[in-house]
Amino acid sequence: MSRLRVISAMSGGVDSSVATARMIDQGHEVVGIHLALSRTDSNGKGRGCCTLDDARDARRVADKLGIPFYVWDFSTEFAESVMDNFHSEYEQGRTPNPCLRCNEKIKFSAVLDRALALGFDAVATGHYAQIEHGPGGVELHRAIDPLKDQSYVLGVLTQEQLAHSLFPLGGETKVQIREEALERDLITAKKPDSHDICFIPDGDTAGYLVRKLGEQPGDITDATTGEVLGQHSGTFTVTIGQRRGLNLTVPAEDGAPRYVVDIDRESGTVMVGAPELLDVDFICAINPIWAGAPLGVEPIEVSAQVRAHAEPVPASARVVGGELHIDLYEPIRGLAPGQAAVIYVGTKVLGSATVASTNRVGQHASKTGV
Amino acid sequence: MTVQRVYLDHAATTSMLPQARAAWLEVSEQVGNASSLHASGRAARQVVESSRESIAGDLGTRPSAVIFTGGGTESDNLAIKGLYWARRAQLEKQSLTVVTSGIEHHAVLDPVVWLGAHEDADVRLLNTDAQGRVNPEDVESALAAGGVALVSIMWANNEIGAVQPVQELARICRKYDVPFHTDAVQALGQLPLDLGALNAAAVTISSHKIGGPVGVGALIVDPAVKFTPIQHGGGQEREIRSGTLDPASIAAFAVAVQYSVSRLDEHATAMRDLQEYLVSAVTSAVPDAIFNGPPPGEMRLPNNTHFSFPGCEGDSLLMLLDAAGVDCSTGSACTAGIPEPSHVLLSMGVPEKTARASLRFSLGRDSSKEGIDHLAKALPGVVERAKRAGSVST
Repeated sequence: MSRLRVISAMSGGVDSSVATARMIDQGHEVVGIHLALSRTDSNGKGRGCCTLDDARDARRVADKLGIPFYVWDFSTEFAESVMDNFHSEYEQGRTPNPCLRCNEKIKFSAVLDRALALGFDAVATGHYAQIEHGPGGVELHRAIDPLKDQSYVLGVLTQEQLAHSLFPLGGETKVQIREEALERDLITAKKPDSHDICFIPDGDTAGYLVRKLGEQPGDITDATTGEVLGQHSGTFTVTIGQRRGLNLTVPAEDGAPRYVVDIDRESGTVMVGAPELLDVDFICAINPIWAGAPLGVEPIEVSAQVRAHAEPVPASARVVGGELHIDLYEPIRGLAPGQAAVIYVGTKVLGSATVASTNRVGQHASKTGV
Repeated sequence: MTVQRVYLDHAATTSMLPQARAAWLEVSEQVGNASSLHASGRAARQVVESSRESIAGDLGTRPSAVIFTGGGTESDNLAIKGLYWARRAQLEKQSLTVVTSGIEHHAVLDPVVWLGAHEDADVRLLNTDAQGRVNPEDVESALAAGGVALVSIMWANNEIGAVQPVQELARICRKYDVPFHTDAVQALGQLPLDLGALNAAAVTISSHKIGGPVGVGALIVDPAVKFTPIQHGGGQEREIRSGTLDPASIAAFAVAVQYSVSRLDEHATAMRDLQEYLVSAVTSAVPDAIFNGPPPGEMRLPNNTHFSFPGCEGDSLLMLLDAAGVDCSTGSACTAGIPEPSHVLLSMGVPEKTARASLRFSLGRDSSKEGIDHLAKALPGVVERAKRAGSVST
């Protein structure tokens, strides 16, 4: 590979640290960037201590690797494109994925655009995914490590974006990357992985949304009988397929677990029922984004993935009137509108689209969801 | 490949003078706490006191006026909080007004705002004219309203180099019998400072901006004015600033003051020559660049230049110049390295977009026309790229 001028997005975690080191080893001219995405302090000055620790770790890794390092402030863009969207999607009864949104709107859009304008050739990140050069152009593939594969959250990238993206970690496992970080004596080598949404560090999404959107109490009812079983503090505090934390006051007659099977945003009602009610075998998804050539009306055999760490399901997919229609050969349990459906052929990402509606198994006439 | 480096950020800090380093090394060989009563302590004390006399002499004041501190920020905090608390006790009032300008360094602005938030201070922030000058009439009308604890207006601004009418401000404050503090960190070594003639309640100076070590500074006080200490302990520095004195740094500081004051005229002339050269080089290289602050001359620090490059982000410019071997500054305060639009430019009425498009180039003893030529050569390409980046981001 020729020598490229690369912006390496350094979160302060172990993955982006090793990714940066590898970019340098490959002979590229690398500049480290830490993205300031949120400003937790209410007066807009200063950020939470954890975020500052991450920025410091990123800086110290850049020091060790001997590359220039800067903090780029994208907090305004992040608030507008990711956080506001997150709030409004939940408010409208959908379940968005903010990491996917951040990749689409910030990391591989605003940051990449800025990098290219400043004379850089590419943006490198510590995502676990692989770029391959195929006959039709640049291809995005799953990482080797199935436990860490992050191709799902990169499914929103277009051909143009992929052409300027580098994912140096996709060919190894997380275990190997940690070992390499230790060998390289990077201070981030033993840092725990982050799992939470970065602007909800305590992981309490429901509590966060109640604070942001205010309490909007309503009934939790039995999906079959309509009986009121309890109360919720906002439809946005629950998600399709959720079982825990519902605090139902009326026990189920058979003692069987009950799941959120539907959310009626209009009436503010959350419906619970047996898990079978969650099984869907058809997905209609809107606003598709294609990694390469767009799909047509001819159905093709794919595998579909609807969550960052969900098992892919064999399916056939086609585009009808601009919508992605996915017929699932095996049912998926618990799918909420707003989630992204990413479709693959083998390990290759074809594209992604936002789930708009689904059909329950055996109920092909009716559609649930928004 | 090594990139030639051109350092144009002397207002942030400047290289240490060899004489100052030699003085530091010499004193650091001796053991002794300046507060100890034995021979070693007396030797350390002697270094501190002769340094105090040297600095006082160079600045036209008395040795008893010199309170050594840990640097400019500490001196500013001591002046602002120390005067506010002392005045509040003296006047037996819970709330008093603090008058300052919107272009002060954060080391002044933030303690003032803090007093407003925590100590019932009524904060009066004065805006400046479009060139960054405080209007003495604004200060006078604030004083006429009464209930003022202190006035703090910097001698010369660190970002846009505007020299303030401190003599007039000190005179007005005396008329109202209100203590006047001025942060002279940027002025020292660039402008003549006759502190005896100024007769202010407190003046902040710092060592590392003039070629002394970092971590030492002074508050030059009027010994007749009362300060409530902000740190308590061993009672050093007439109980205004407790803490073991650092004879090596203080000795080096005194050498730097002596050096810079004795060469003030030739230094200022050399700086003005380079300043003029830099302004013309930058405006030729980038014709739409806007020169901010007062025109070069008496109203501006001789070593300061400041520009806005419309359509660019200051941090993009800084990063690209860094890669091209030029060290400069956006002149703005950073939290974890996040660039904010300059509060100084905003206070002068500059629109936020222009404020974000700004860079400061500050000159020092080792600056040269060759270095400026290097900057001028790199700038057009850098500005063009930053403009492209500016057009894709918000």
